[in-house]
Amino acid sequence: MGWPILSVLTFLPALGALAILAARGAPGSARVIALGTTIVNFLISLVLLAGFDGSTAAFQFVENASWLGGGINYRMGVDGISVLFVILTTFLMPFCIAASWESIEERVGDYMIAFLVLETLMIGVFCALDLVLFYVFFEGGLIPMFIIIGVWGGKRRVYASFKFFLYTLLGSVLMLLAIMAIYWQTGTTDIAQLINGDNRLPESMQTWLWFAFFASFAVKMPMWPVHTWLPDAHVEAPTAGSVILAGVLLKMGGYGFLRFSLPMFPLASADLAPLVFAMSLIAIIYTSLVALAQEDIKKLIAYSSVAHMGLVTLGIFTFNHQGVEGAIFQMLSHGIVSGALFLCVGVVYDRMHTRQIADYGGLVNRMPVYAACFMVFTMANVGLPGTSGFVGEFLPLLGAFQVNSWLAIFGTTGVVLSAAYALWLYRRVIFGVLDKPGLQTILDLSLREKAMLFPLVFFTIALGVYPKPVFDITSASVAHLIAFHESALDAAALLEAAP
Amino acid sequence: MNLAMQNIDLLMPEFIMAGGGLALLMLGVFLGDSAQRIVSNLAILVMLATIGCIAIHSSDGSLSVFSGAFQVDDFGRFVKVLSLLSAALVLVISQNYIEQKGMGRFEFPVLVIFAVLGMMLMISASNFLTLYMGLELQSLSLYVLASFNRDNLRSTEAGLKYFVLGALSSGMLLYGISLIYGFAGSTGFAEVAAATEGGLSLGLVFGLVFLIAGLAFKISAVPFHMWTPDVYEGAPTPITAFFAGAPKVAALALFVRTMISAFPGASEEWVQIIVFVAILSMVLGAVAAIGQNNIKRLMAYSSIGHMGFALVGLAAGTEAGIQGVLIYLAIYVATTIGVFVCILAMRRGGEMVENISDLAGLARSRPGFAFALAMLMFSLAGIPPVAGFFAKFYVFLAAIEAGLYPLAVIGVLASVVGAYYYLRIVKIIYFDEPAPALEPKMEARLAVVLCLSLAFTLGFIAVASPLVVSAEAAAYSLFP
Repeated sequence: MGWPILSVLTFLPALGALAILAARGAPGSARVIALGTTIVNFLISLVLLAGFDGSTAAFQFVENASWLGGGINYRMGVDGISVLFVILTTFLMPFCIAASWESIEERVGDYMIAFLVLETLMIGVFCALDLVLFYVFFEGGLIPMFIIIGVWGGKRRVYASFKFFLYTLLGSVLMLLAIMAIYWQTGTTDIAQLINGDNRLPESMQTWLWFAFFASFAVKMPMWPVHTWLPDAHVEAPTAGSVILAGVLLKMGGYGFLRFSLPMFPLASADLAPLVFAMSLIAIIYTSLVALAQEDIKKLIAYSSVAHMGLVTLGIFTFNHQGVEGAIFQMLSHGIVSGALFLCVGVVYDRMHTRQIADYGGLVNRMPVYAACFMVFTMANVGLPGTSGFVGEFLPLLGAFQVNSWLAIFGTTGVVLSAAYALWLYRRVIFGVLDKPGLQTILDLSLREKAMLFPLVFFTIALGVYPKPVFDITSASVAHLIAFHESALDAAALLEAAP
Repeated sequence: MNLAMQNIDLLMPEFIMAGGGLALLMLGVFLGDSAQRIVSNLAILVMLATIGCIAIHSSDGSLSVFSGAFQVDDFGRFVKVLSLLSAALVLVISQNYIEQKGMGRFEFPVLVIFAVLGMMLMISASNFLTLYMGLELQSLSLYVLASFNRDNLRSTEAGLKYFVLGALSSGMLLYGISLIYGFAGSTGFAEVAAATEGGLSLGLVFGLVFLIAGLAFKISAVPFHMWTPDVYEGAPTPITAFFAGAPKVAALALFVRTMISAFPGASEEWVQIIVFVAILSMVLGAVAAIGQNNIKRLMAYSSIGHMGFALVGLAAGTEAGIQGVLIYLAIYVATTIGVFVCILAMRRGGEMVENISDLAGLARSRPGFAFALAMLMFSLAGIPPVAGFFAKFYVFLAAIEAGLYPLAVIGVLASVVGAYYYLRIVKIIYFDEPAPALEPKMEARLAVVLCLSLAFTLGFIAVASPLVVSAEAAAYSLFP
């Protein structure tokens, strides 16, 4: 392809932000520009998908330009692992803009600018093929998200935004030092070189570096016990902020494990997998139990996100095909499903301005369409066969079973618990008697909300029934990743066996 | 061309500054205070001419002048241009302020010129006597500048405090120099380097410690930082802006050159001290700023922290480390001048306001101003993609190369703590309910400088390489 499609994808939203600035942030034009930009960006990402060759594990659409010098360059490219996250981001963004169409009334221009800048940084994270460039995008995303939570958030927005920012920053700075150590050890920050074993890191360094990267990704995922920023951030963020947080930002952690931890530190990853398993299982079981006790709908979904992310880390560190592919699929599925759940919460929040479960009940009587959509997403969250959630839960557990059956057994309890909290939530909000006075006149989905939720319903079911297109894209890259991981372990074993 | 003429040719930038300063002084005396504006504008021109002169000589390479008393090299040129730019911008932004505050006297730009001349001597000094001469020329000018608002209690207090403590530190420095001279037998950097090659005798260790204490005072590194918050708060704001920029740059450059050129063989000894001072500065700068409500005091603690980060590069002691220091200084100066423009623009009802809470809700009343200040804060905090990140990136890169892992880890953790108070300002600007609005118009000179600073801060990521490359060349010129 002759044109730098990845750079266009990355920086087009930023241009849209400039256009809003040029329009002096007038609310009407800001909304239209933002929606237009994100939709065009999504269409461009479809061009990317169409041109993507799923049969190779190599990076595609590679761009190269000199940047800081000293081997630190502007490199972009995607492979089977990252391309889907790019699509996920561009796919979710129009929904975020649409979700904010009416609910954001103050400082609309600033809001749209923040979202568009955030999109630029998120796409950059998944496309960057240079460690420093990756870090810049990864960390830069904090600024717009901080502003989004802090300005348009709920009552405790200041606390939540600071907690979000400082937690994530603390995790990330150690990764920055690790990136520097890698630079001096190998002389490059080119990801493609680093993960293809041309510069294998010594085992003594791997453990430290692994922990430094782990600190960053574990906070971002978030894994137990550093997950506590997430419920706060989710609850206080505006609807679209929650969607993007659950849909994309959390996936950066999982993406980081796949892109960096596994291929760059194979020995440390293998050694420390039990630690990750333990943390994942605690996350799955403990946060599911916590979710059961929540009174706030958003908080419940937030804890359920932590549990689902536990399944992702479980799958990634099984190092087998089912586990890793399942983890990727679970991230995509969760990106759509949890995003959709937050949109659903936003729908009723816009009408009632409360997120307390106790304030709802019997919504099915007044909002049948809404109830049906909400049900699909709830079922997907539970992992009902036929929805994308099932594929995303089944495969990581299948992978875990190959490693250790107890792992799978404990992991599966998470599925049971998720059914408990999700169905209970659904019963309390949707079913029952419609006796709350404020709910008597509540209206069903508007056209805009239908346009938002129906595509998500479609994809939730379509990916559940026929997930093959996703695996067609990922399988070559995942196979390469696993083969490389195993060869690294074999090489280390040989080295150890030699006198 | 004979030797003396050649020496004079190499010192041309300094001569332009000295001659310009004297000429402007006479002009001021003849025309009186009414000519303040003319003198100030001419002073800016003198500095720009000096920068031009340095630029013309930029391909000269490294040369030693006046029997080794003075070193002309890429390192010196880099730092001199930085100091001159910083001082010139301060003169640009201070014009209206000093007129309104009844400080419109022609001595102000003249003193700035002499202070910068002192800095240029410091930067190029390769002999302890040149060093001391430059330092005192700079310091004496700065003492007067600090108390320039002579009818104001706080300003005179700031000047007096600065003078007493500054004189003490100069005394320590001089004592250290005398010990070094006594035990090394010379005041020239090259001779001292030769004498300390095999390690330090006890007397030299004492000399080195006193020397570092004196220099640490000048860059306000912990534990010699106590004067900074008071002087920053008390001095007139444009002069605080000046203090935060050029003198810090020059003193740190002097610090770097002294350590690298005069004590290359004793790096084990001084690196320990620098590591210690850097850690203390970073941590104190981060923690102590949290409780500040006056934005000038906050910037004082911020500058203490930033000097700590810059010292991380010196602690590494390598080419990459010095390159990191230079990049750090350039980005720090560019960002800080923007912040001080914002502080100067904080006016309500004709009066300056200095409390952070006065910025509340600025994003609604003045979105552009608010955005600029927020971005500068993110830059000071070192969050990518703004310039401040790259400043920290390069110094820590060098620290990792040199194997200073504990220093690097403590440093990045301190930067997280520091991020809190920068975020607090962003929070006040963006999240809080609006305070009574600040005066709506920013004067054109301020707006231009703020735009320059913001453009640098935001644009650095795209066009980083010229600065990185020239800093690299400058750093290499320091190592023979």
